Amino acid sequence: MGDIQEFSDLKFQGIKINYLYICKRKLWLFSKNITFENRSDKVLLGKVLHEYSYPKEKTKEVLIDNLIMIDILSDGSIREVKYSSKMKEADIMQVMYYLYYLKQKGIHKQGIINYPKEKRKEVLELTPDYEEKIQQALREIEEITAKSIPPPAQKQKICKSCAYFEFCWG
Amino acid sequence: MQKTLYITSNGRLRRHENTLYFESGEEKRAVDIENIEQIHIFGEVDLNTKALNYISQYGIILHFYNYYGFYSGSFLPRKKNVSGEVVVRQALHYLERKKRLFLAYCFVESAVYHMMRNLRERKEAESFLTAIEDEWEKGRFAISSVAELMGLEGRIRNIYYQSFNQFLPDDFAIEKREKRPPTNPINALISFGNSLIYSHTLSQIYQTQLDPTISFLHEPSEKRFSLSLDISEIFKPLIIDTLIFKLLNNHKITLEHFDEDLNYCYLNQDGRKIFIKELQTKLETTVRHRQLNRNVSYKGFIKLECYKLIKHFISDQVYSPLKAWW
Repeated sequence: MGDIQEFSDLKFQGIKINYLYICKRKLWLFSKNITFENRSDKVLLGKVLHEYSYPKEKTKEVLIDNLIMIDILSDGSIREVKYSSKMKEADIMQVMYYLYYLKQKGIHKQGIINYPKEKRKEVLELTPDYEEKIQQALREIEEITAKSIPPPAQKQKICKSCAYFEFCWG
Repeated sequence: MQKTLYITSNGRLRRHENTLYFESGEEKRAVDIENIEQIHIFGEVDLNTKALNYISQYGIILHFYNYYGFYSGSFLPRKKNVSGEVVVRQALHYLERKKRLFLAYCFVESAVYHMMRNLRERKEAESFLTAIEDEWEKGRFAISSVAELMGLEGRIRNIYYQSFNQFLPDDFAIEKREKRPPTNPINALISFGNSLIYSHTLSQIYQTQLDPTISFLHEPSEKRFSLSLDISEIFKPLIIDTLIFKLLNNHKITLEHFDEDLNYCYLNQDGRKIFIKELQTKLETTVRHRQLNRNVSYKGFIKLECYKLIKHFISDQVYSPLKAWW
């Protein structure tokens, strides 16, 4: 029962799990609606990719509980489409979170991450290890976003291509 | 870079299918709507809700100017970047006297710095530069209210404008700065330039989570988007004044570019075109940013100022205003 209780308390958009693994500062800013994605070329590229990949799939962009957005939904699996595999760990955790979320609702699926530009895919299965990791991640998101001050900027390689680059370093 | 469109002629903005056109007489020009950030309208332009709805889909801001080239208002599409958190904290910095004074001081400090920067290279203005320095050093530590700060800034600006007479053509002598309405060419130029920088600043603020109505140096009740006035203080001497010096000293703008109407003096259409073109070139000019290690345009620097304010409000980094280092 403990699990279910916690699940109903801690529910976030999938992108927050993704950000937790990319940059905690980005996660904090995003949680306060301080976003700069709308004018970023990289974000636009991602959008276009989502729109034009897999045109034959019918169930695209399925929003569940007004909270998590599944890119492509089919009988046995959920699929997430990503522009590049540079941040693979974050992508994996995002999909694992979706699988975990669906499992709480009694739905069991397989996860697939498609990197259409690289012609690669990752097939994922939710394991008890990952379930624990997800629960930990949810607690961590809760902790970070509850803070009144954002985590300080820390320079990483990926900063350069981030929509927040000028915000953090300018 | 997101582009700015200026419309100086008369005509009509029209949406036809999924293209926006500007039609003027026989001419019909498609507008590159994907890459436009703001449109400044000086001419007599007709548009309907169909066009407005389409424009707002792309988050494009329209700035309108009246017959005399004075700013009349803006059409702002539904704001996408809204953060309650930022607005609440921005308001907090207005309400706490010390916090407000700090920010107001920062804006003036940067404005004065850029005024002095404009005079530094000019031998003719040396005594004025010294006078400004004296006034600033004497006054700045004694300030205990925003009103006093405004007073000090006003005194410095007076000396600053007087110095213009030393290096601008005689046709453009400045007796005193007058705003409503400007009655001579130099005041008309300053007013025109300032209203342009005001609307450009508003465009940048609007793309961030800042609330343009909560300001620190100017009273929020003074003008609708008074934060735009605050931030403009930094960029008026840095962008507009240097532009005016250049245009006048190179005789690109002369007395023939002005019309006079009873008590008014204003730039005519040709004059406006020259001014706008030069301003746009300036706004797109880039400077190497030392922290970002990237080229940043003058327009980009306005946006960076907005970012720094947000960081200040969320207690991330204390605001330190721009002081042009190049």
